[in-house]
Amino acid sequence: MTPGKIPLVQVQHLTKYFPINRGLIIQRQVGAIKAVDDVTFDIYRGETLGLVGETGSGKTTIGRTVLRIYEPTSGQVIFDGVNIFDLNEKEMRKIRARMQMIFQDPYASLNPRMTVGSIVAAPLDVHGVGSRKQKNERIDELLDLVGLNPEFVNRYPHEFSGGQRQRIGIARALAVSPDLVVCDEPISSLDVSIQAQVVNLLEELQERLGLTYLFIAHDLSMVRHISDRIAVMYLGKIVELADRDEIYLRPLHPYTQALMSAVPVPDPDIAQNRKRVILEGDLPSPAHPPVGCNFNTRCPFAKEICFQVDPEYVEVKPEHWAACHLVEPSK
Amino acid sequence: MDYLLEIKDLKTRFYTDEGVVHAVNGVSYGLEEGEVLGVVGESGCGKSVHALSVLRLIPDPPGKIDSGEIWFDGRNLLKLSGNEMRHVRGKQIAMVFQDPMTSLNPVFTVGYQIMEALTYHQGMDQSQSRQRAAELLDLVGIPEAKQRVDDYPHQFSGGMRQRAMIAMAISCTPKLLIADEPTTALDVTIQAQIVELVKRLQSELGMAVMWITHDLGVIAELAHRVNVMYAGYIIERGKVRDIFKHTRHPYTQGLLGSLPRLDEAPGTKLVSIPGLPPDLIDLPKGCPFAARCIYVQERCKQEMPPLEAAGEMEHVVACWRWEEIASEGAS
Repeated sequence: MTPGKIPLVQVQHLTKYFPINRGLIIQRQVGAIKAVDDVTFDIYRGETLGLVGETGSGKTTIGRTVLRIYEPTSGQVIFDGVNIFDLNEKEMRKIRARMQMIFQDPYASLNPRMTVGSIVAAPLDVHGVGSRKQKNERIDELLDLVGLNPEFVNRYPHEFSGGQRQRIGIARALAVSPDLVVCDEPISSLDVSIQAQVVNLLEELQERLGLTYLFIAHDLSMVRHISDRIAVMYLGKIVELADRDEIYLRPLHPYTQALMSAVPVPDPDIAQNRKRVILEGDLPSPAHPPVGCNFNTRCPFAKEICFQVDPEYVEVKPEHWAACHLVEPSK
Repeated sequence: MDYLLEIKDLKTRFYTDEGVVHAVNGVSYGLEEGEVLGVVGESGCGKSVHALSVLRLIPDPPGKIDSGEIWFDGRNLLKLSGNEMRHVRGKQIAMVFQDPMTSLNPVFTVGYQIMEALTYHQGMDQSQSRQRAAELLDLVGIPEAKQRVDDYPHQFSGGMRQRAMIAMAISCTPKLLIADEPTTALDVTIQAQIVELVKRLQSELGMAVMWITHDLGVIAELAHRVNVMYAGYIIERGKVRDIFKHTRHPYTQGLLGSLPRLDEAPGTKLVSIPGLPPDLIDLPKGCPFAARCIYVQERCKQEMPPLEAAGEMEHVVACWRWEEIASEGAS
């Protein structure tokens, strides 16, 4: 699998603020949660772009805005040459067949009153694909594809384990043969041995169907395993984006460095002897991000300029972007 | 050898309408003073139930400790009266739970909840216990602890609440701290802070720690010894280095193989364990892992293998074929 460098999705200056309203009858806006704040990146055709960050860093919001589940505050998402925010409802529905989502919680994302067959067929119904016979064949094919017995088609979600449910969710996402699949923490609620099953399945499907993934997770080691490139988010901004090995071996942003060293390593020889960068404090509130660099409250290297000016997100070296005052572009 | 905690053939079951859930099926081991024991396993393997049995916190009905002995500091905890047990809980054995959001009472201040144990177990008066609560919060790294004593739990972040829970747990300098997935609900950078904190407190106070988790990475960093549990059995136990470097049981090998490593080569496939854990109501005869094991033989399906010495000192494993598997791995 060698992903080309042709972008399938171009996210440009994407911003999403959620309003904070006060007042019971007459509501007025008193502030905004800056969930995603001026984010720019490309997703190349056939690649897996990993998106990591802590709770509240805005990674899920990006995933949802890219699919236009949320309307953005500003910015563009160009999918295969078209800015999806310019499309009307009908055109949007058409293009949605090419972008699907796998959700985090396999217990909440499947309707308990629908059979597996009707869950998987739902996207086919929405997009009006095929006759009943074709549909049934497609369902069998999809269940087989994700490693479920096609005889399960009339069963209900409660009869399945977490890992199997996640497979149903994957089958549903693949029903309309999408190009882009946004995977929003698809494995975080599963047990370790089941996680590996689902990750292997996702990799296999990508190879067979040429899928492009936006893989959102907070588990860095799993993200590194599955991704070609990784974007690190902090408080609504991408602070660093690079190739998986580059970002692991040569992280530039102090937050990425801390994140890398916080990942537990399942090897006592390494784990008990390495030096870790332990960050102090918590993530600030996205309603009141700090002035200057977002990371300045926890950064061990913060200088004066970090408290005044927001660092620019620049390509520091080819294919390696970072937003930090302390990182010198190598030109 | 004198153990601080010695469990002998513990069996805990839940008598439900659907049938008898065999949660813990004959667990025996000893924990030394000042030792850090890691207990690993997936959901439903009995790791939490066995710890709750030690504190006799199993809800009865439907739960029941059917047999076994739990010796702590010279007394069999299962023979103590309710009143005697209350003097063990919190004073000699303390517990930190998984979810810091729900294990603090939202209508009392954090300080009050810490003071409760101090007045009950240590007989301190109001001002003494208040003073001590502030010291404890300071000890676990809460900034401006003196002022924050009067804060309510919702004014604390997730990481701070877990720190407060730890402050509460160590308030009476227990000999044993049981931590049940204390970092699972937290982000990696916060998890690193909590692991660091417990390591520091453990060496300062010299208490023994039982750390229950599914995260082998945390275990590698923290534990001296490890119990690997599966379907209510300990299937492998040994020093942390032996568990990771001379892994004997196919299940432990599978667990380690399911984890991506930060230093792996690109394109590496994860080794996943096929299938699902067995139903604890209807446990198979023989080894519970047999149905998922790649080394399975006829005997495995008939007889449960006993824990037997596996080479290195104190390393035990419950597998009929561990010797063959070990020599195969070496060649």
